[in-house]
Amino acid sequence: MYIKVNGKDYEVPAGLTVSQMLDFFKINKDHVAIERNKEIVPKKDWENILICEGDIFEIVTFVGGG
Amino acid sequence: MRLTNEQIERYSRQIILKEVGGKGQEKLLNSKVLVIGAGGLGSPALLYLASAGVGTIGIVDGDKVDITNLQRQIIHFTEDVNKEKIYSAKEKIAKINPHVRVITYNTKVNASNIREIVREFDFIIDGTDNFPAKFLINDACFFEKKPFSHGGILRFQGQTFTYLPENACYRCIFDSPPPKGVVPTCSEAGIIGVMAGLLGVIQASEAIKYILSAGQLLTNKLLFVDLLNIEFRTINFKKNKNCPLCGENPKIKDLIDYETEICDLKN
Repeated sequence: MYIKVNGKDYEVPAGLTVSQMLDFFKINKDHVAIERNKEIVPKKDWENILICEGDIFEIVTFVGGG
Repeated sequence: MRLTNEQIERYSRQIILKEVGGKGQEKLLNSKVLVIGAGGLGSPALLYLASAGVGTIGIVDGDKVDITNLQRQIIHFTEDVNKEKIYSAKEKIAKINPHVRVITYNTKVNASNIREIVREFDFIIDGTDNFPAKFLINDACFFEKKPFSHGGILRFQGQTFTYLPENACYRCIFDSPPPKGVVPTCSEAGIIGVMAGLLGVIQASEAIKYILSAGQLLTNKLLFVDLLNIEFRTINFKKNKNCPLCGENPKIKDLIDYETEICDLKN
C-alpha cells in the first residue's frame, strides 16, 4: 500500500504499526517525532497504531545544534 | 520618539519599505530582542538585528571564543579567541551600530535565571546548542508568555519555528529531550558554517517581522532546510492537546534543568 512520508510517496507492506514503519525506513526512534494526518502521534502509541493506505506522515528529526 | 536625520539616512533603505516606514523604524528602535547563545545562530542574528536598528539587544552566553568557533560564529574574529563571547559580540555591535544598547549576561541560562532574563525582552531568539537549553527556553517563554524563535542546526540541515503565546510550542512536537548522547552534536557530527548563517538570519527576520507586525510568521509551522540538496520544506503543525506543557492536562508546572550536553565542548 502507498503512504506519503515527508512529502514523498512510498510503497510499504500492509499491516505495519507506526513503530514498524520506522523500522522499515531504518529510522532511529529516539531521534524523531511523528505527525500522522496532521496530528502528532504520542510515542506511547507507536506500537499500537496501524498505518493506513493514504496516510500522510511527517517524520520530524531532532536537530539541536546552534 | 522622533527619528534623527542620521537615523533616517542610516535606515533609509528599509524605511522606504512599506512594511517598515518611519513608524516601523521607531518600533524597531524601541524594541528589545534577546539572543540566547552568541554562537553559530546568534552571531548572524545579532549582526542583522543591530544593523536593522533594534534598540536594545540582550546577549546571554557564558563561553569564551574558541578557535573552532570561527568557522561559523561570524561575529567573533581571530583576535577574539579566549575573549568572552558576550564582550566580543558587544564590540562588533558597537562598530556596526553604536546606537544599539547592549545588555550582556555572562552566564548560561538555567531554571533559576531564565525567567527573569526573558521577562525584560519583547522577543527571544534561541541560538543555543543543546536540547536542555532549547526545552528550557520553550518552557520559560511559555510561562512568561513571550514569543521566541526556535532554531536547530546540524551538518547541512536546520529547522526553525516561531512560538507565539497560545500557539503550538516545541513540546507540541517533541514532548521531551532525546536521551542523552543519542542525537549527535555539532562537534560530533559537524556543521557547515553557511547553515548557521542562513538559519540565524531567518530567526532575526522573524524577530524583525514580529516587531513590525509585518507578513507571516513561522507560527504553527516548522521549516526544514537542507542546504546540501537545497531543499526547503515547511510542515504545518498545531497546538497538541496532549502537550505536556501547553496541552489540556499539562504535567509540567515549573522549569526543568535537564542534564546539559554541550555542542561545542572541546574534547
